[in-house]
Amino acid sequence: MAIIVDARGLSCPQPVLMTIGEIKKGSDDIEVLVDTETSKENVSRAATSHKCDVTDVTEEDNFFRIHIKRN
Amino acid sequence: MKNIFSSRAGIIIVGAIIGILAPVLQKMGNPGNMGICVACFERDIAGALGLHRAGVVQYVRPEIIGFVLGSLVAAYIFNEFRSRAGSAPIVRFILGAFAMIGALVFLGCPWRAALRLAGGDGNAILGLSGLIAGIWIGTLFFRSGYNLGRTGKTYTSVGWLLPIFMIGLFILLILNPQIEGEAKSDVLFYSLKGPGAMHASIFVSLAIGLLIGFIAQRSRFCTMGAIRDLILFKQAHLFSGFVALIVFAFITNLILGQFTPGFEGQPVSHTMHIWNFLGMVLAGLAFALAGGCPGRQLFMAGEGDGDSAVFVMGMITGAALSHNFGLASSPAGIGPHGMTATFVGLAVCLFIGFTMRQKFA
Repeated sequence: MAIIVDARGLSCPQPVLMTIGEIKKGSDDIEVLVDTETSKENVSRAATSHKCDVTDVTEEDNFFRIHIKRN
Repeated sequence: MKNIFSSRAGIIIVGAIIGILAPVLQKMGNPGNMGICVACFERDIAGALGLHRAGVVQYVRPEIIGFVLGSLVAAYIFNEFRSRAGSAPIVRFILGAFAMIGALVFLGCPWRAALRLAGGDGNAILGLSGLIAGIWIGTLFFRSGYNLGRTGKTYTSVGWLLPIFMIGLFILLILNPQIEGEAKSDVLFYSLKGPGAMHASIFVSLAIGLLIGFIAQRSRFCTMGAIRDLILFKQAHLFSGFVALIVFAFITNLILGQFTPGFEGQPVSHTMHIWNFLGMVLAGLAFALAGGCPGRQLFMAGEGDGDSAVFVMGMITGAALSHNFGLASSPAGIGPHGMTATFVGLAVCLFIGFTMRQKFA
């Protein structure tokens, strides 16, 4: 079961801080919810630089769900 | 659709384009080492509207209008316009006002600090150091849970208000053109001398503003974010764009004969090192707490962020306060109340930073 990080409505750098925080806690399977393209790009970039892969990004009702898995 | 400007190459290209166009704007009439300065230009707009009456800095700068509208166009083309608001607007207003007050103690926003350095102004080293120090303080707050709270989706019209304000300014500029030798044209004030009297033609300024607004929206170019991400995440993505701006502005200045190294007698600057530094500590901290440099706030406002629009209005108000109450510096040095304002601003920013902390699960 993936850990959900709800960063909707938060602006930079919060979504990235929350994502990295969750990765550092040791979570292997994370879904980050964000609502801007900028946050989507920033979170994906941060995940990639923390030995994780962005396996999928799905667009839902007014937000993005970013699937992150440790590589 | 893949966003080519979000790549490392993309952000470097955007920084380089801004770095080339700013000195070109200077060549075409804008003030020295001020091809583009978001803080100075918003201050000039405040003057043109009569919100302050410093005669040498009054002009509706089309670059600012272009930044917002260029970003708006890009956001609509790429389906990124999202009307949102409601994340601590009063805090953003206050941060905007003090960011401007700090920037006017130094005499420039981060963009101009970079352009001053690229033009040979050694005082910019103090300003940039202050900027880094202010943003570093901001990162300490981020690490301890500081945030402005969540924003929310709202009516499309909310996101349109600042773009409409900018369109309104442009209409005023066209309807009330400068009259030779007159400091007022119906409702707008103009400068007869000083930086406010120095400008490229309206349409060149607007066109370059629109182009920069467009590519900056695509790339998320931000000078505060550049330094913040480097300190907070050791991530150099945005920073590479900021460096590209400085490098290309330096090369362009060399080509155009606009590079003059030194500390004394630099255009629109003073040599009070401590205040160049502290002014930008205040500005840097305020930008960090508000989530963007003044340029980025304009671009976010263009893509529908009503909270960024509030920050912009705070900056314009801060400019009016700066010039009405002697807070702003001039080439002669800092204003009579510049010191007090800087310390009050730092105290207010620390109050905001310490009291708005929360741990998200």
